[in-house]
Amino acid sequence: MMRNARVFFLATMLLGMAVSQVRAENAFIVLQSTTSTENSGLFSYLLPLFTKKTGIEVRIVAVGTGQAIKNAMNGDGDVLLVHDTAAEQKFISEGWGVERHQLMYNDFVLVGPSRDPARIAGGKDAIAALEMIAHRKAPFASRGDDSGTHKAELRLWKEAGVDVKSESGTWYRELGQGMGATLNTAIGMDAYALVDRATWSAFKNRASHRVLVEGDRRLFNQYGIMLVNPAKHPRVKQREGQAIIDWLLSRDGQNALASFKIAGEQQFFPNSQP
Amino acid sequence: MQYAPAQSKLGAASSVLPVVGRSLTYKRDMRTIIDHVDAKFGCSRGVVAVLGPNGAGKSVMFRLLAGLLTPDCGSVTWAGLEPDRLRAHKIGFVFQRPVMLRRSAIANIVYVLAAAGVPAKMRDEVARHALEQARLLDIAKTPARSLSGGEQQRLALVRALATQPELVFLDEPTSNLDPGSTAAIECLVQRARDAGTRFALITQDMGQARRLAAEVIFMHRGRILECTPAETFFCAPGTPEAASYLEGKIVF
Amino acid sequence: MQDLTHAFTTAFQLIGSLDPVLIEIVGLSLKVSLTAVAIAGLIGLPTGALIAVGRFRGRTAAITFINALMGLPAVVVGLLVYMLLSNSGPLGALQILYTPTAMIIAQAILITPIVMALTRQTIEDLKVEYDEQLRVLGRGALQQTATLIWEGRHSLLTALLAGFGRAIAEVGAVLIVGGNINHVTRTMTTAIALETSKGDLSLALGLGIILLTLAFVANAIVMAARASSQPSYV
Repeated sequence: MMRNARVFFLATMLLGMAVSQVRAENAFIVLQSTTSTENSGLFSYLLPLFTKKTGIEVRIVAVGTGQAIKNAMNGDGDVLLVHDTAAEQKFISEGWGVERHQLMYNDFVLVGPSRDPARIAGGKDAIAALEMIAHRKAPFASRGDDSGTHKAELRLWKEAGVDVKSESGTWYRELGQGMGATLNTAIGMDAYALVDRATWSAFKNRASHRVLVEGDRRLFNQYGIMLVNPAKHPRVKQREGQAIIDWLLSRDGQNALASFKIAGEQQFFPNSQP
Repeated sequence: MQYAPAQSKLGAASSVLPVVGRSLTYKRDMRTIIDHVDAKFGCSRGVVAVLGPNGAGKSVMFRLLAGLLTPDCGSVTWAGLEPDRLRAHKIGFVFQRPVMLRRSAIANIVYVLAAAGVPAKMRDEVARHALEQARLLDIAKTPARSLSGGEQQRLALVRALATQPELVFLDEPTSNLDPGSTAAIECLVQRARDAGTRFALITQDMGQARRLAAEVIFMHRGRILECTPAETFFCAPGTPEAASYLEGKIVF
Repeated sequence: MQDLTHAFTTAFQLIGSLDPVLIEIVGLSLKVSLTAVAIAGLIGLPTGALIAVGRFRGRTAAITFINALMGLPAVVVGLLVYMLLSNSGPLGALQILYTPTAMIIAQAILITPIVMALTRQTIEDLKVEYDEQLRVLGRGALQQTATLIWEGRHSLLTALLAGFGRAIAEVGAVLIVGGNINHVTRTMTTAIALETSKGDLSLALGLGIILLTLAFVANAIVMAARASSQPSYV
């Protein structure tokens, strides 16, 4: 009797699974992107506009930049959207992507505790701020995960002439985590951190942390978008993937990007080249 | 109620008697528990009691003959052939502690009937009848494991008899029971014996042995020392070990 | 502490308003984990029981191995299944990465050792008790196994509950193979991870409270079903 019950239960489950799989087969693409972009809320705002226009569902897999690129190299996505220009160019030159398009930019900001031990608040010079943090040995939380944000951060340290690798584990803490987790930890350890503006605007667990340094041109953060190369991965949905790239680069798409606001402020600045 | 043999697998399977052990030897951890023993059961209609001090090998011998253990040397045959699963239901076994399945009393009996190949429609009726004969019908639906020790053991015996075995091994069936339950068990044994079932009984209760046994096998240190009619054994045991045993002395 | 009280209010609000997003992710969590448990049961129960009853060379090694697999980290399972299902992997043609099917597979792999190991132990203990009685009735290995499984049904149900608990609570495997895609592969645990990374700790905690309640209710249902099928305690 129990055996029959189990068989019935399993059959129902499998049937349910099969049915739900069939139902999901409307047109969709997988877009590999970063946690910071997803966490800002941009995609929830933007993509329904695209789906309404084209009927193509966009499924976002949001992971660290490195993982997004790796997934795209494995062909587990149709489109890649990240913010690490050097890595993106390498992706193209190695043949994994078709063509890289500049999409939009936002900026990074330096956040830290209100009590600001390194006295960087209000500054406009990111490099000077980092020098002061290093000099004071004030705690700094780094993503440490090879992401676009992390690489931008490392470039800034290099320009400031600070060898953070040698300080790792002391005031400089490499966390190996995404933006949100890094911020949670930074707040927990009263540390400074580099974060993209959109993630910070959407972040809810701020405690006493606030933006201390912003506006430096060197904090510029460029986003690129590219189609995964169908020559390497024949199952890539070329037509639909190209559709979203074309839309985002078009006037409509670029306007939509610009119109995304958090607390009334624009977060992303479209800069596609015609 | 005897169900017609043609209606069930029970009668159709061939006999297991006599149950014969030839030159049986069984060792465990370097100790020889059974030492070149020859035994034959199921020949006479009377109950055969197997007596002897602890460690004599009585339980092991029963298990060898019932096919539960494999001898290190020697052989066991049932009606001249090797023991096999198809005929297993013709041999019953009641253990010292009853092993009850986690289901009702009647379900326990239905289980063994199913195992013996009794057709599904007949099982319930046969089981009820068996319980009724043993005056256990009122606990038919009770979970077997919540019965008292005496009831469980009576149920175990009824269960063993339900498949109409030719020979039933009883391994100290009443050593943990109160006199009332003991008497009930002995009564069941006598009734079944009168109806034709053969019994082999291990007991430490000399009163029980005197009440039930027609023949006695006396074992000591893995060997059979005596095999005599019961009266002869109790009045005039042939070996000093048996004599000491009957006197209640510790036999080494 | 503020986050904690806010978490409770958030949880009640979400449940009370029957928030459609909440229903969606609860539904997906249950679908994935229950299916995984069903698969784990179908594979783990008979296999665990047969290992318990059987005698073969390498049996001890097999038991040690299965017991060790109970400690498989979910994220490792996720990674391995990802590599199998990836477009560059051997099973890429199936195109089931980033779907609930992939999540079910990953969780099934994760919890089958638990069900198998607990079944094996339960049946082995029962075997000690029933072995002689069943053999003297002429039961063969398969019949003994079936009987022991029925005899051990309460403990085996607990084994399935243990598997369910592990499945519904894990995030490492479903995150990697599912991708936490909104409306497609977002479960309770991946939603909690997401809200935590957004810093919305009270929402994350609120979801956590709902998850715990879910697990509690599931167990309570099972206990009630058991009680009603048992006329009295054995």
